[in-house]
Amino acid sequence: MRRVYCPHTEAEVREMLRAIGAPSVEHLFREVPRELVRTGAIRVEGGLSEPELCRRLEALARENAAFGDFPQFVGAGSYPHFIPAAVAEVTARSEFSTAYTPYQPEVSQGTLQASFEFQSIVASLTGMDVANASMYDGASATAEAVLMAHRMAPQRPAVVISSALHPHYLQTVRTYASDLPGMELRTVPYTASGATDLEAAEACLEDACCLVLGYPNFFGVIEDLAAAAALAHEKGAYLVSTTQEALALGLLKSPGELGADVAVGEGQSLGLPMSYGGPGVGFFGCAQKFLRSMPGRVVGETRDERGNRGYVLTLATREQHIRRERATSNICTNHALCALAVAAYVSLLGPRGLREVAARNVRNAHYLAKRLSGIGRLRFFGPFFNEFVLERARAREIWEGMVQMGFMAGVPLGQWFPELDDCLLLCATEVHSREEMEKFARAFEEAAGGGA
Amino acid sequence: MKGVVGGLRGGLLAEPLIFEIGGSGRYAPVVCEEEAGGDGEPFPLQEHLLREGVEGLAEVSEPEVVRHFTRLSELNFSVSKNFYPLGSCTMKYNPVVNERLARLRGFSELHPFMHPSFCQGALRLMWELERDLAEIGGMDAVSLQPAAGAHGELAGMKIIRAYHRERGDGRRKVLIPATAHGTNPASSALCGYEVAEIPCGDAGIIEASQLEGRLTEEVAALMVTNPNTLGLFEREICQVAEKIHRCGALIYMDGANLNALMGVAKPGDMGADVVHFNLHKTFSTPHGGGGPGAGPVGVKKELERYLPVPRLIERDGKIVWSEDFPESIGRVRSFYGNFGVMVKAYCYIRTLGGEGLAETSRMAVLNSAYLRKRLEQVLHLPYRAPSLHESVFDDEDLRHLGVSTLDIAKRLLDYGFHAPTIYFPLVVRGAIMVEPTETESKRTLDAFADAVAAVVEEAKTDPDLVKAAPHGTVVGRLDETRAARRPVLRWRAGEADRDR
Repeated sequence: MRRVYCPHTEAEVREMLRAIGAPSVEHLFREVPRELVRTGAIRVEGGLSEPELCRRLEALARENAAFGDFPQFVGAGSYPHFIPAAVAEVTARSEFSTAYTPYQPEVSQGTLQASFEFQSIVASLTGMDVANASMYDGASATAEAVLMAHRMAPQRPAVVISSALHPHYLQTVRTYASDLPGMELRTVPYTASGATDLEAAEACLEDACCLVLGYPNFFGVIEDLAAAAALAHEKGAYLVSTTQEALALGLLKSPGELGADVAVGEGQSLGLPMSYGGPGVGFFGCAQKFLRSMPGRVVGETRDERGNRGYVLTLATREQHIRRERATSNICTNHALCALAVAAYVSLLGPRGLREVAARNVRNAHYLAKRLSGIGRLRFFGPFFNEFVLERARAREIWEGMVQMGFMAGVPLGQWFPELDDCLLLCATEVHSREEMEKFARAFEEAAGGGA
Repeated sequence: MKGVVGGLRGGLLAEPLIFEIGGSGRYAPVVCEEEAGGDGEPFPLQEHLLREGVEGLAEVSEPEVVRHFTRLSELNFSVSKNFYPLGSCTMKYNPVVNERLARLRGFSELHPFMHPSFCQGALRLMWELERDLAEIGGMDAVSLQPAAGAHGELAGMKIIRAYHRERGDGRRKVLIPATAHGTNPASSALCGYEVAEIPCGDAGIIEASQLEGRLTEEVAALMVTNPNTLGLFEREICQVAEKIHRCGALIYMDGANLNALMGVAKPGDMGADVVHFNLHKTFSTPHGGGGPGAGPVGVKKELERYLPVPRLIERDGKIVWSEDFPESIGRVRSFYGNFGVMVKAYCYIRTLGGEGLAETSRMAVLNSAYLRKRLEQVLHLPYRAPSLHESVFDDEDLRHLGVSTLDIAKRLLDYGFHAPTIYFPLVVRGAIMVEPTETESKRTLDAFADAVAAVVEEAKTDPDLVKAAPHGTVVGRLDETRAARRPVLRWRAGEADRDR
């Protein structure tokens, strides 16, 4: 048989069996009961050569509308941004990609130092004291933040959460919280500005461990975190801020500066392709007081016996391999390579570049919003970053029509918010040129059949 | 220099932090289009919403960034570079063509809310991968959503919890053998379960007789890894499963060690009701220095309705997402899972096919048996039963020399090999856990066995040399106690040169 990715010749297999003292390879499986082996064969298509495989995958890829071939004005948790070649080049290096979790620090300083740099970047962007080495994504990072708040204030079982959060984040929090005794989720509505109704939040914070807001929220609206923090703290709850569009943190005041205790989110915008929704990278920053209650892997700086600076996985006594069922989370593998991409992207752009790109997002989104405001109306009046909600009768139909014309006109909101059935969530970033936006707006007019 | 054998130091440069390179005001080329919409108009956001500029970020040029991360990469050990015998981690070769194919624009530049008519290729790939994994695991349905093995465990245990809850059954306890990965008890606890440990029997496996007295109506599930972390096949698994099922509980099988069994035996046939797969172990996707991986979860028919949403369904000849599964445990993350990782696993499966996967497991077990034969001549082997894809040694024969497992591991780095997994499983004192995988040649296995023999010899003749290892790496043994006691988790301006 032709062996793939296994170097042995038949002669070598015989030689190895002889050394082992086994008559056959089958003999090595003698502990597996025969009745199991009888049905063990698998029917899976395969045997493709490399060119056949390439042809197959290229054909599958062609059935998908890639960003560049199909103008898209959609974000909603996954954003089209330009990725400099250097980012992709660095992350593709097999020295990084084919390493394991850095259990032997002396030969893993590359991954460890890059993770330390990622932690520093997250702490700076979020305005937090400390950050961990990455989470799976923004949704699970939000859920872990809620669990941590609950661990820190177990006598306060309620979690108050904005309904203007990304629906996937909210659903994930609900799943994570569902089996924990006593934990109760209370969602609070949004107002006409598109921001969370803080008065409504106030009314249900009494016995809550935390208040969770999106920053910017799912509608792209920039929440008043400072007011939310004051409110939460007055009631004895922590404020958790979650950011689905991390680029915003290059321009907007940081959650830490505004009083958040925990700032988490999704880092895909900072150097990672959309990749049909994953892998992105979750980030998790928090105040110093949460240090030993944080979930996930953490890299710390230390010295070797010669006095050289070096990096190790640390605070392992929080973790599953030491603490088992009493661990602060079950995380083992996280998203280290994606964290590396973020470190490379943010370093390339620097504070000036980040601010410039973020500002470009704001300008483009506002330009598009204005351009479309004759066809629909802005549903919310709150300040927004690079996404906004447009209301127009028959929004879902227009959206379908636009798809047939070769445009993605955002995402229809009725699937999550029945009251927003006539609304589309639209996004423009730095990759959209003015000309493209013009073309899109004209197509939108056509699909909508004239003015509002 | 005394003790340097691998020449690993040649050309390695210690690298400062990115924040310590460069200077104020530098940054890479602009990544924006020439013109923005609304140029020349006042900035749309009010000043009070904006920050001054992020403090504490690097200000560097593109050449500096590329050089920095290239140098960092050279400080890493990787599968590309040499043998990485980490037990239970299945560090096999990561096919390069799969990397290239995952980067095709139709995959990497695909928005997750793309209209289903314009992402049928991606959906078909996922649809087929679900079915392939179900076939390999002997399961009826699979969700690709979990992002990692432990995430798959979380989803799987939530499914078990939902199953019992629907029966009005408030079972509280999960049985977990002492050999299990730490993620098993941690995932169970996240689902609100109490964990009851099953001690390791003399033979290293769970014996059906051990369950007597433990199987109460409180037991919701048994979490088992097969082959277990000693590399031993759980020979009594079918009897164990029968007893577990008879008391109304379910079996969760941790698929971390599936590389031993593909095409040989299926977890579903062993009585597993839920199983997770590690695409980054068994299915060759690179580990990334700690992710991203993917941990799809598979279930038997009667548990299918609890799988996470959304799920793929076929409607009018098209594959589409559906959230219409009211008994589902819900979502465990955003979107649909780590699609980029799925593409690579799909490529791997299509390259190997059923027969190729079976041969993979056969060769993985052959390599392990061969390496065990060689290593047991120099290292103590606590469990003598035939093992499959990995074997576990310990430092019992070296302790009288004052040399420990940690010392052996560190000295192996000087010989240019990554260390095996050490001090795990916990049931073996000073464990040294070796998993070669099928992609290593006999020549490499021999070289590794020779290195281990040389280190053991050094432990006898010059123990201090071994105890002070590694000598040839860019840094020596790092002070982990100091790291934990005075945690420094980020860089701060002005603290760079201080001894923090």
